[in-house]
Amino acid sequence: MRFLKALVSPRGAVFLLLVILLVAVMVLNPNFAEPGQIMRYIQRVAPVAIVAIGQYFVIIAGEFDLSQGSLITAQVIVAGNLVGQDDSRTVPVLALMIVLGLFVGLVNGLLTTLLKVPSFIVTLGMMLALLGLVLWWTGGAATGNPTDSFRQIGRGGIRDLPVIDFLPWSVLILAVWLALGIWITKRPLGKLLIAIGDNARATRYSGARDWWVTTRAFMISSLSATVSAVLLVGYAGVHPSVGRGYEFVAITAVVLGGVVLGGGRGWIVAAVAGAFVLEALFLLLNIAGVPSSLRDAVQGVIIIAAVAYSGLVFRSRRRGGTQTPPSPGKEPDAPDGAEESSATPALAGEGAAHNNRS
Amino acid sequence: MKRLRVDSTVIVLGILLLVIAIGAILVATVGRSFFSPGNIRDILTGMSVLGLVAIGQTLVILGASLDLSVTYVISLASLIAATTMNGNAANIPWAVTLTLLVCALIGLVNGLIVTVLKVNGFIATLGVGLILQGVLNTNFQGSAGSVPWAFQLIGATGLGPVPVSTIIMIALAAVVWFLLDRTRTGAHLFAVGGDPEVARLSGVRTRPPLIAAHVLCSIFAGLAGLLLASRLGVGSPTVGQQGGYALLSIAAVVLGGTLLLGGRGSVWGTIGGVAIFAVVDNVMSVMQVNPFLKDVVRGVVIVAAVAVYSRRAIVRRRTRFGPGGTRTGGDAEAEAAAPAMVAASHALEAEADRVEGDAATQGGAR
Amino acid sequence: MRRSMKIATTAVALVGLFALAGCTTDPGVAPPESSAAPTDDGGENTWFDQALFDTQMAQRDVVPEGPEDEPYLQYIDAEMVDTSQYASTGAKKACFANASISNPWRQTGWITMNQQLKVLQEQGAISEMETRDAQDSDDTQIADIDYFISDGNCDVFIISPNSTAAMTPAVERACDTGKPVIVFDRGVETDCPVTFIHPIGGFAWGIDTAQFLIDNLEEGDKVVGLRILPGVDVLEQRWAAAEKMFDDAGIEAVDYFTGADPAEIKSIISDELAKGDVAGIWMDAGDGAVAAIEAFEDAGVDYPVMTGEDEMSFLRKWKETGLTGLAPVYSNFQWRTPLLAAQKIFAGEEIPKEWVLPQSPITAEEVDQYLEANDGMPDGHYAKFGGENLPGYPEVWQQRQIP
Repeated sequence: MRFLKALVSPRGAVFLLLVILLVAVMVLNPNFAEPGQIMRYIQRVAPVAIVAIGQYFVIIAGEFDLSQGSLITAQVIVAGNLVGQDDSRTVPVLALMIVLGLFVGLVNGLLTTLLKVPSFIVTLGMMLALLGLVLWWTGGAATGNPTDSFRQIGRGGIRDLPVIDFLPWSVLILAVWLALGIWITKRPLGKLLIAIGDNARATRYSGARDWWVTTRAFMISSLSATVSAVLLVGYAGVHPSVGRGYEFVAITAVVLGGVVLGGGRGWIVAAVAGAFVLEALFLLLNIAGVPSSLRDAVQGVIIIAAVAYSGLVFRSRRRGGTQTPPSPGKEPDAPDGAEESSATPALAGEGAAHNNRS
Repeated sequence: MKRLRVDSTVIVLGILLLVIAIGAILVATVGRSFFSPGNIRDILTGMSVLGLVAIGQTLVILGASLDLSVTYVISLASLIAATTMNGNAANIPWAVTLTLLVCALIGLVNGLIVTVLKVNGFIATLGVGLILQGVLNTNFQGSAGSVPWAFQLIGATGLGPVPVSTIIMIALAAVVWFLLDRTRTGAHLFAVGGDPEVARLSGVRTRPPLIAAHVLCSIFAGLAGLLLASRLGVGSPTVGQQGGYALLSIAAVVLGGTLLLGGRGSVWGTIGGVAIFAVVDNVMSVMQVNPFLKDVVRGVVIVAAVAVYSRRAIVRRRTRFGPGGTRTGGDAEAEAAAPAMVAASHALEAEADRVEGDAATQGGAR
Repeated sequence: MRRSMKIATTAVALVGLFALAGCTTDPGVAPPESSAAPTDDGGENTWFDQALFDTQMAQRDVVPEGPEDEPYLQYIDAEMVDTSQYASTGAKKACFANASISNPWRQTGWITMNQQLKVLQEQGAISEMETRDAQDSDDTQIADIDYFISDGNCDVFIISPNSTAAMTPAVERACDTGKPVIVFDRGVETDCPVTFIHPIGGFAWGIDTAQFLIDNLEEGDKVVGLRILPGVDVLEQRWAAAEKMFDDAGIEAVDYFTGADPAEIKSIISDELAKGDVAGIWMDAGDGAVAAIEAFEDAGVDYPVMTGEDEMSFLRKWKETGLTGLAPVYSNFQWRTPLLAAQKIFAGEEIPKEWVLPQSPITAEEVDQYLEANDGMPDGHYAKFGGENLPGYPEVWQQRQIP
């Protein structure tokens, strides 16, 4: 009974939704109940879930990272162009991609904390600049897919296992990344991030170096995007459309998981569950044969409903306690600093994902 | 104190002048004139559509919310307008009314989801945008409708190099400025955006201003859609997405000095932000900059321009204690006042003793 | 009491929404003009044009006129137009309003066009070409054309329209200047330009590809159609023709919009494979073809019969896997023709009013020769780019530096 109650609670709402969606999928198409199919589903979710983990850390600190999608595209193209067909380059290029990812995160973080530019603006600018630079470097299209050894990370796995038959590497990497994420949330860094998201001024007065804490959140986010890119090189191949709009999907996943935009609250596992919910929703729409043109509408309705539901339940439990939490945005730090603006970011991927064909 | 207050709007205008100066020099190096009528018209035309959307977005952001559905509202508006007009000039008034009514309805839905269901503006308008996209995909498969010549004139004519659409945009910006500066709804909007809890405790009704902001934002997006229909001559289900209006309007609003977490900002700053984008785009096009590099420049300009004034304190409160504090006279007077106060307090003590002594003798005499 | 009522109502609403999502699969509920339902055969596609379909069907079999080894100068069923009024000497300035270079097909064409420009500059026919890129926006392209008219000092306007109806007024304004206007790739709804250059068309693509699939499959087989975007006329016509032919032949065809995202393509194919057998893949453009093929590999099933495009990534994968395939083309070499047409106009030569270029798919027999000719080219390159005799071949395309 208590388990059921937990499921209906705001913390558990996303898991309830996930269960409903997966059951619906299996009812409509019993093929999906096979372990092999489930593994493939998780393999598909893995890049999105890893990006959601990165976005989680940024959002609980009260910021946003809109540059994840462009970073994925950039990393994917870097992998394609630099590895080529040369197996020996796999490891050095991986190292380069990690360094590049950390660098982008560092720049995002420093611009947000030291120059006090709102993170929405910084990451928006980074999104435009990064994608433009990569496309300019490659002339708009990648050279080609890298060698299979590199792509095995995203495509391959351990085969011929009992029961599940095929365990993709992506699933293992996701599990490891999630474990790392949970570990960070238990460490001082994780707690400081939540503290900064909740009340930045108090955290600063208590002696934390808030600029370094927030910057590390951005670096985690960019690193997550890099790992996701490595998986996508394998799963999807190298193409300038890979990764477009992933920041939007990540933010939606995180919010579905009950993390509050504006920071200060949220559970990382719920954020990952949000990513699973989104993919399950797409899967359900595919299986149910919903007409392509209506899919966006259904998706929109469900997202609003799910967020409204978890918000509703959460608030009704808090009523009688403290006042309702502030609307998104951290408090302005008068008198010594400019605001850390963290309210709602913009939709990425719209317009830009246009492949206007001739 | 008649000093010019250097607030963010002034800074934006300063940045704009700087960008124009640099742009004029760069354009001259490729042998064109920045100030030629054709070029001015190009810049102002580029400002009109985005400017309308950004004005509406300013209202919503002032209320600490966001509107990501503007892209699809624009497309839908252009389609409703073009299909209702259907090439017949007599249909224009009804088509415009219907379009704006539908947009107002969408804005109302946005506002209600944000205020009643208490869903964050980002998610709410994202969801509504997706729903609109579904509606567009289902009902329209490509351009539709036809705009009569009379309406196309709005997008095509101008007073000299200044397009009619820009004049309309400036006029509407003035109306919105008036709304924000001089009406109660405007003041309430600032209050709700600044801190909704404090506003509520002060007796301000928190829902109506925000709903009004969302409705107005969608109406402005509808106006932008009408303008695009006028320029294109047809309605198009992708015209909103082509311009990336949601992202750019938010960037223009922030560039103009409005805070993303609401409560502070100005419409004129937004217009300045839109102008900066238009000038930068125009200069890059004249210089035939590689389109991929254009995006790099845009990204850098956005971050750099906002960085210029982000470090400034946003709230300049008077220091409450110490020099220049609550005493309007400052330290000197306080120092001078001190001996006088000491003397006064001695006098009061003496007075009190005397009264006591009198009372004692009076009491003792009884 | 109120709180649990709110929770209950929201829960009911959510359940209702899921039910609704399920209900929308009923074809009877879908709006009449929507033909995007996966198993649709009732609704008529608004893009289907029987007359154009028949014309293009016939044009596929016509032997083009013009130089044998220069397909970019060939034309089909041409009605010539006299250009002597424009004849004049001296190098001319061209102004090019480009829709965008936002996909590999357009990028390849743009590189080819610039190399062609170099040749004409050396010949003294064109002095320079000023370009304004509209980045896929109708509004921007209209402003670009107006700028060229007022400040461009152009001798000839070359326009690759972003969309057909919306660009028409702007093209008419360009025509009104009295200078020659050349339109290519997508058309506009006016015939004021001197010439409109394009390959045979979308219906021909649909016919070629659908015919190939029908010939290699059996009635009742399933074909998955992967489409990039809705609403783009050159793409919609391809599907309109293919869908009709699949219907007539009894092939079960379902279509999806992919946005050219390989991850999305892979997911869609995997889901379809989980639902049942997929015998054929139809694509309206080559982007992401490799991901589709790999989905079959990952699922461990036989390769499908597939039509992609002349993009190198598909040609290479096709050769590597040995699947039964066809590579339809949208004649990338059409990017050379506008500047050559400009040269002819100023020389006073006759050119076709509607310049229909040949459009012949690459078959299994021809794949090897194209792979060899384009060895070393990046995956996003298009085999029928027509630039083998231009300066800079092959380095300029291999390095793919966008001018």
